[in-house]
Amino acid sequence: MPTIKSSVAGHASATGEAHTHEMSFLRKYIFSTDHKIIGIQFLIMSLVFLLAGGVLAMVIRWQLGFPGQAMPGGGVLPDTMAPDGIVLPEFYNALVTMHGTFMVFFAIMPLLVGVFGNYLIPLKIGAPDMAFPRINMASFWIAVPAGIMMIAGFVVEGGHAAAGWTSYAPLSERADLSGVSMGQILWCISLIILGLSSILGSFNYITTVINLRAPGMHWFRLPLSIWALFVTAILVLLAMPILSGAIIMLLFDQTIGTHFFGPAQGGQPLLWQHLFWFFGHPEVYILILPAMGFASDIIANGSRKPVFGYASMVFAILAIAVLGWGVWGHHMFMSGMNPTLGTSFMISTMLIAVPSAIKVFNWLGTIWLGSVRFHTPMLHAVAFVSMFIIGGLSGIFMASTPVDIYIHDTYFIVAHLHYVLFGGSLFAIFAAITYWYPKMFGRMMNPFWAKAHFVLTFVAYNFVFFPMHQLGLQGHMRRIFDPNEYEFLQHLQGLNTFISISAFVLFAAQFIFAINFIASWFVGEKAPDNPWDDNGLEWTVPSPPPHGNFATIPRVYRGPYEYSSPLVQEDFLPQNRELPPQPAGSAAHT
Amino acid sequence: MAHATPTLEENMMDPPRGYEEGAGVYNEKLGMWVFLGSEIMFFTALIGSYIILRVAHPEAWKPPGEVLNVPLTAINTFLLICSSVTMVKAFAAIQDGNLAGLKRWLIATVIIGAGFVGVQVFEYIHLVNDGFVPSEGLYGSTFYTMTGFHGFHVTVGVICLMYVTWRAFQGKYSAADHRGVEVVGLYWHFVDLVWIILFTIVYLI
Repeated sequence: MPTIKSSVAGHASATGEAHTHEMSFLRKYIFSTDHKIIGIQFLIMSLVFLLAGGVLAMVIRWQLGFPGQAMPGGGVLPDTMAPDGIVLPEFYNALVTMHGTFMVFFAIMPLLVGVFGNYLIPLKIGAPDMAFPRINMASFWIAVPAGIMMIAGFVVEGGHAAAGWTSYAPLSERADLSGVSMGQILWCISLIILGLSSILGSFNYITTVINLRAPGMHWFRLPLSIWALFVTAILVLLAMPILSGAIIMLLFDQTIGTHFFGPAQGGQPLLWQHLFWFFGHPEVYILILPAMGFASDIIANGSRKPVFGYASMVFAILAIAVLGWGVWGHHMFMSGMNPTLGTSFMISTMLIAVPSAIKVFNWLGTIWLGSVRFHTPMLHAVAFVSMFIIGGLSGIFMASTPVDIYIHDTYFIVAHLHYVLFGGSLFAIFAAITYWYPKMFGRMMNPFWAKAHFVLTFVAYNFVFFPMHQLGLQGHMRRIFDPNEYEFLQHLQGLNTFISISAFVLFAAQFIFAINFIASWFVGEKAPDNPWDDNGLEWTVPSPPPHGNFATIPRVYRGPYEYSSPLVQEDFLPQNRELPPQPAGSAAHT
Repeated sequence: MAHATPTLEENMMDPPRGYEEGAGVYNEKLGMWVFLGSEIMFFTALIGSYIILRVAHPEAWKPPGEVLNVPLTAINTFLLICSSVTMVKAFAAIQDGNLAGLKRWLIATVIIGAGFVGVQVFEYIHLVNDGFVPSEGLYGSTFYTMTGFHGFHVTVGVICLMYVTWRAFQGKYSAADHRGVEVVGLYWHFVDLVWIILFTIVYLI
């Protein structure tokens, strides 16, 4: 028999304060091992990086919208970046590189995995904390120096890394080609450290989901957000070390003179591309699977209906995760590839459209005939689905080799990737933040300003990225400093200026969110335990949950999507509510 | 059916108490197996790159034994395999509750592991003095990166083993609870296994 220590019952008192108030501020909020605090730490850090990445994007849009003109406020930048506020081409290269790096590695990925993986997994499966709380803490505090290093690259001699966020060799490998040495080295070291942080986080998540589910929480009673985070953790675990290995070789090429990717001594630039995209394509699904999970939870809640086709949702997640390993070559159709191999990559890529479409139709089936509640998270989740459809369809264009050859490295790609990364992931992140904010901070966000932020973001976002398809089809190259240098692109300047002005509106709209986020933290309306009438275990505990999460370990009786169940009067039925046994014959509904 | 919330210590029992059936092993063991999956992918990146570069440019490699000291490294390989044996002995000892045996076999493992790293450093110094450096073509690039990262893993393993040994001397392990010994053992055997592959493809082929 397991012995339950008497101190345990004390620590699990309803408020949880009996245990927590003994801890110093430093242990409770800074070097905390509590998964909820670590999640919030990741949230703050990655939102700062999201803002920083946005600022970089604004400078890029200024240069493209108003090429060669002095940027308002650009005078504060040193002459090595923008003398008199006019952006230099070298600085522009660093801008596009770091915009991608910040957004992918320090904003979207930690927002999805670091924040909500940490915050939701123990709460939603009914565990008191992660399996390894101290390793969890380490994974955050390892990410901090990585972030500082990545920012520090801007102020070192030679400027920041400028070979694109994909750092293609040999440009990234030889300082004499790019003019950048220290910046690229910092880029490498920072991402190696961040990779370690991600790996530590992911094996913790995997162990927690496998071993610490509350009694009755069968695999097929897990919320889809947890399924998605679990599968994502497996992808992170297996893909990140490939990137680490590749970057270590790149770093050695730069620093101790090895020849992995330099063609002069027999190295292979193509090897970098294969390694990078062998990591990079699972990475794409790392960036979208959790978003799909959050959308599933929130759409079921907003529609007051069970998720349509729960099991097919789970198998679609698994199928995407498996197929995602066999498609990396579609990034390299133009890098020199045997056409037969290209065809096989084309087919494997198109296959991924099948599970993706299953998910989309299931979301539509969930909303269909629901009594929909259009709360802010629901709006963001529906935006996620619709934008993901556009992004997914443009992906089919690029998967087809004959089309890709024409649109490769144009703004069509930029449009596509922003439709899945911004329209997809980021809208789902906004949905998740607005949904779980009351649980995290114990206060509601202001619903009017949250909706205002949604409407402005949704409209401005489409004004920014939809015209980019048009730019791309007309041959407008991505990462180009000044399109006016080409005569055939000059007539597109008007469209570019329109995109830039829309981008400034989009950026400005994010301050509504930022102010709402910060102000609600202090003066928001107090949140009840279950503001959205949700079934998940996290809504059965106080907002914010006490240290240790659950006063008693919950027992789970059903899946998470029993909305509008005929068994109860309310239109929701929490996973841990025990119902009296049903009379024989009436069990047909369950 | 009200259970008290398990403490973190109870989470780590074998298997964790009070939960839905999971992997059937305690958290640290499951976590280490999962983590080793990550390590496999890391070494796959290095070994895969090595194979691709070598197939493309076989002329960049010297015949086995011309540059590298195969007999010395063969002895070193034998040492590392022996350290896996001593690790198994340490684990077997504590399973029987033999704390003295655990300490003895752990110390042996630490010494052999440290000896392996020492021989590797000695080998590096000689090679560099002979002009075989990391910038020496693809041969030098792959040799130093692969063996270097393996050596780094062995070093980390020795540090972990020293920690476990220190805890053994404090009497923290028993026949009932010896998770630390088993988990560090898993890592140690993995590092050993990787070396057998690296020794074969880097030195012998």
